[in-house]
Amino acid sequence: MSERIVTLSVNGEPRSVIMPDNATLLEILRDHLELTGTKHGCDLGECGACAVLVDGVPVLSCLVLARDTEDHQITTIEGLGNGAAPDPLQVAFAEFGAAQCGYCTPAMVITARALLDGHGSPSEEDIRAAIAGNLCRCTGYIKIIEAIESVASMGPT
Amino acid sequence: MVSPHLVVGERHPRLDAMDQTRGAVIYADDVAPPGVLVGRLLRSPHAHASVVRIDTTHAQALDGVIGIITGEDLPTRYGILPISQDEYALALDTVRYVGEPVAAIAATSATVAERALALIEVEYEAMASTLSLRAALEEELPLLHGDGVGRNVHRSVALEFGDVDGALRSSHHIEEDVFFFRGNTHAALEAHSATASYSPQGKLTLTSSTQVPHYVHRTLEKVLGLPSGKIRVIAAPVGGGFGGKTDPFSHEIAAAKLAMLTGRPVKFTLSREEVFYTHRGRHPVLMWLKTGFSADGNITAVHFRSFLDGGAYGSYGVATLYYTGALQATTYRIPNYRFEGVRAFTNKPPCGPKRGNGTPQPRFAIECQLDKASEALGIDPVALRLRNLVEPYSSTVNHLRITSSGLKECIERVVAASDFDARHGRLADGRGIGIAVGSYMSGAGLPIYWNDMPQSEVEIRVDRGGGVTVLSMAADIGQGSTSMLATVVAHRLGLRMEDLNLVTGDTDLTPIDLGSYSSRVTFMAGNAALDAATAVRQQILSVVGRKLEVDVADLELAGARVFVRGDEESGMSWSEAVQLTIASDGPLLATGSYRAPELAGPYRGSGVGISPAYSYSACVVLLACDRDTGMVEIERVWLAHDVGKALNPLLVEGQIEGGVYMGLGEALFEEQSFRGAHHRGPSLLDYKIPTALEMPPVETIIVESDDPEGPYGAKEVGQGPLLPVIPAVANAIHDAIGVRIDEVPITPDKVVAALRSAERGRSTRFGPSGVPAFEFPEITRVEPPVGFGVT
Repeated sequence: MSERIVTLSVNGEPRSVIMPDNATLLEILRDHLELTGTKHGCDLGECGACAVLVDGVPVLSCLVLARDTEDHQITTIEGLGNGAAPDPLQVAFAEFGAAQCGYCTPAMVITARALLDGHGSPSEEDIRAAIAGNLCRCTGYIKIIEAIESVASMGPT
Repeated sequence: MVSPHLVVGERHPRLDAMDQTRGAVIYADDVAPPGVLVGRLLRSPHAHASVVRIDTTHAQALDGVIGIITGEDLPTRYGILPISQDEYALALDTVRYVGEPVAAIAATSATVAERALALIEVEYEAMASTLSLRAALEEELPLLHGDGVGRNVHRSVALEFGDVDGALRSSHHIEEDVFFFRGNTHAALEAHSATASYSPQGKLTLTSSTQVPHYVHRTLEKVLGLPSGKIRVIAAPVGGGFGGKTDPFSHEIAAAKLAMLTGRPVKFTLSREEVFYTHRGRHPVLMWLKTGFSADGNITAVHFRSFLDGGAYGSYGVATLYYTGALQATTYRIPNYRFEGVRAFTNKPPCGPKRGNGTPQPRFAIECQLDKASEALGIDPVALRLRNLVEPYSSTVNHLRITSSGLKECIERVVAASDFDARHGRLADGRGIGIAVGSYMSGAGLPIYWNDMPQSEVEIRVDRGGGVTVLSMAADIGQGSTSMLATVVAHRLGLRMEDLNLVTGDTDLTPIDLGSYSSRVTFMAGNAALDAATAVRQQILSVVGRKLEVDVADLELAGARVFVRGDEESGMSWSEAVQLTIASDGPLLATGSYRAPELAGPYRGSGVGISPAYSYSACVVLLACDRDTGMVEIERVWLAHDVGKALNPLLVEGQIEGGVYMGLGEALFEEQSFRGAHHRGPSLLDYKIPTALEMPPVETIIVESDDPEGPYGAKEVGQGPLLPVIPAVANAIHDAIGVRIDEVPITPDKVVAALRSAERGRSTRFGPSGVPAFEFPEITRVEPPVGFGVT
């Protein structure tokens, strides 16, 4: 497998990595860039725990070749919010008890961020549809939906 | 004015909530020490075979392979229960299921490790496999454990309390049914992961996604032959447990052994497929249940038989077997009771404990049968349940001590909230409503290794600035045990939860807690924390009392101040009080502990089912069922749970909602299913768990019965709420379309089969027709407590 240097734009910073052509974005984020907030759940695009934003669109990083994201803006959970200030979704997820074991949480927050950025005032059904690809085994999604609704009701953030 | 001090009872986010939402929690799979090697397991392609020869020469020769081990390197048997030590980390002579680990590799990359796996040559000699309960119990097949052929029985039990035959003879009505609860699995989002390192001076450290660091510690001590002080087990925050990370596992032991052999850290993270083979999930249980009733609806006797398909190894299975018969009597008064059960070995991934360990299956049977009896007797299902309820502060026929019970209130409140009476039997065709109840232990009364030591210990250290650190081995698996400890200690010391530091799940640093299983942590670790906090409080109040020359009884600790009751301006700040105490007494630290009272009854097997307290739940499900497709759509769920006292209602609600969620998945579609010896779909695409689109609204109702022995009155909530959900779904389906599905999961094909059968004028039921021919052991007759037996 040939290797080459690829420069990714991750959370607004250029990051150059020597990577094999078959490296997934998930592997590069976690193993090379030490951005472990993005979770590994199945490697098969089934669970949604590895979702990150590529140009604002949630994608499953285990199904994307890292080299194919070279000219795109990648945002991981570590890149949400403004420096030390968390994204309102991160605060709401915490306050509403939307995380139990927390393993699905980063990708769930990422997915919700994309929904709110692309959709002025999503209905409960819109929210359910948006997170339908993100499995959560702890919460029954109830407090996750409440947290997203609470931020949606605050208007554009 | 110091505000009234409230911590217990407040809605409070988990202590680590912001770490979770910002992606800052370090789970086991996020651990990557310098130079870490990638570990991989070679797994058996055979269901049952002798391992004749393993040749690792070619694999060893591959560049980047640093270590390879096989069964011969780890020849010591182990198992979570002392009575079933039947596992090897890597198969020694025999493989017993497809997917069983046979060899382990540590390599410099995943690519190399996986290439090396393919180069290990294993010669197997396949033998006949046992793949069903019936085959295990009725046929002569090669034994999974032992030599030769025979019945693959792991364990059987037969107990009788009172006179069941006599009571049934004089009963007005008898219900007799067979039910089948197919097995399912935990499917936590986090795959199991463990990283081991071994220092040159001989210290082994294993960081693992485990619910039971203490038992992993014990197992490593036994299998590796190291003294306990040379092993440190750290339970990383667990990304979902549900019982699936409660055994010591092959990958943990292999990581440790390879780290010792190579001198480099070694990490194993299971693939999603491997998690399905590792399993230890819900046992498939076939059940025969016969219950007698008086004309006015009182239960006169119960005869219950359970047949468990255990898979290839023991795991917690002996406990699971006894649990299928133990908690029947905690909800309804059963005057006479006979329980016969058997657990079989089959060549499939081992079953073990999943949320409710061994109790959701019989609960499904009991609650569905009660609804059938209610129709036969012409008694409303709610009235029938209410008239048979166990009294608080009583005993059961099988000698379980009952203390607080809010079951009556749970039933009354879900019935009222759901408008059950107006809806049951009265909804339009295709819509239905059903009710069921449940009960679960607040911790197993006995530790796994019987001894006289505490089941939980907590240490509190206070620094000179007043900073408080709470240390406990309790493993947070998402249920919020760490926050629970903070709640209890903060409340006792007049501080805020967020003022505390928590150190948990580390065998080097923290005093023992047996682990996050059997819903034991709030009751046991919570009581230990309360004990330790009380000691700190007493010491500080005593020193401050001397200084201020006031009686300790007149002092109050609240709002981070110590003051004379009624005068918040008096006294001193918390940190001044701490400094005064350290100056007077030296280091300020205290320990606390909890051990359950002696509860075992007068018979062998009475150790399973006893608990210092039982939680209670009642559930109503409203649903629609399509007569053409058999599809069930859950419209709404009401669940009332008696948690004793909600220490933190936000987290209690979360556990209830999660229990409802998991119960609905089990009721409608989850199944650990096999085609012969092969898993039908070891992936989250094939093993379907509910998504946000399937999850209905849930109305949670918290009932507080104030348990006299629980910390601030609290009992469990992690497992109990799941139990009534499954039978409530089945009962609601019957209310909707008039057919009985006596088998879980209730998939559309079963619903349609029952409807077609009913249309042809045949049975209105889908379910198993009989049980295997199995001769249970001679019945052990146990004298029931006074007031039970034939009346």
